[in-house]
Amino acid sequence: MHLAYPAVLSALLFCTGLYGVLARRNAILVLMSVELMLNAVNLNLVAFDVWLSRTAEETLHSGQALTLFTIAIAAAEIGIGLAIVLAVYRNRGTSDIDKLRDTAEGHEPDGPDSDATGRETPVPRTAGEKAEATA
Amino acid sequence: MTPAATLGGLAAGTVNLAAESRGFLSPTGVEIAFLLVGLVTFGAAVITVTTRQLVHAALWLVVALGGLAVEYLLLTAEFIAWVQVLVYVGSVVVLLLFGLMLTRAPIGRSPDADSGNRRVALAVAVAAAAALVWVVVDAFRTTWIDLDGAPAGSTEVTGASLFQHWVLPFEALSVLLLAALVGAIVLSRKAKADAASGATDARRDTEGAR
Repeated sequence: MHLAYPAVLSALLFCTGLYGVLARRNAILVLMSVELMLNAVNLNLVAFDVWLSRTAEETLHSGQALTLFTIAIAAAEIGIGLAIVLAVYRNRGTSDIDKLRDTAEGHEPDGPDSDATGRETPVPRTAGEKAEATA
Repeated sequence: MTPAATLGGLAAGTVNLAAESRGFLSPTGVEIAFLLVGLVTFGAAVITVTTRQLVHAALWLVVALGGLAVEYLLLTAEFIAWVQVLVYVGSVVVLLLFGLMLTRAPIGRSPDADSGNRRVALAVAVAAAAALVWVVVDAFRTTWIDLDGAPAGSTEVTGASLFQHWVLPFEALSVLLLAALVGAIVLSRKAKADAASGATDARRDTEGAR
């Protein structure tokens, strides 16, 4: 098999995930797009590992080991990310990334934090930013 | 193993020399299968990031991830393929569906699924895709993967390399999973009694990750 096939498919999947991360508004859809990007990287790792394990004399199978690590880290990431999204939703009543602009510079926020108590508002703000950063 | 490896190396060397003569216009059967499954996977991924129905996006993600598992099988990486099915299709998508339900996502079409910077995102993605595909095709046009012989990613091979060379990262990963479990529970629990949903989510996640 030409190595170009899996490499091109992986590049296309990565760019699909990139579009999803940039264009989606719901935080859970952003997390789905992140999963697509991670899977594109996994496909690249597996394809290059299979290629190298045929051409090289001695191989550590590092591509497949790193793929397993990526899968496990992605599972942990999706758990933490969803916990953050649920915490934000519980405190702010929305999982809409565009509305979590309290720490943005430039203009005054008028976010829907009427249902949040005064003590808890700093926590979901940073958590929302972290969700964006993870996404 | 060693004579087989040297034989494989010799065969790969000759095949690499012969790879110049292998054109893209006369694909092998594996390549045709890879191409078809790849088209399905890419289409499902595109529908995942463009559909306006949130639950449908999660279900199309199942198709994309399952297609990737088939691609791993075609690349003779069996163990990775089954791990992909177990963890991604079995656990991550279920977790995403739970998240959609718990944030009360609308069942039907939601008009505000895409944000306002959609055209900019499309331009960035298309530019990145063009650049990446150009570079990748230019670099690996003549590289040939030899898929004959023993599978490169059977459970035996992967397990041997994992527990010979990668033991320390593997153990560190288990600590990371424990930290993620504790973190998810702490994040999703409230001072009051409605902590049950988040805790079950986190437990399900770590079960799937193992």
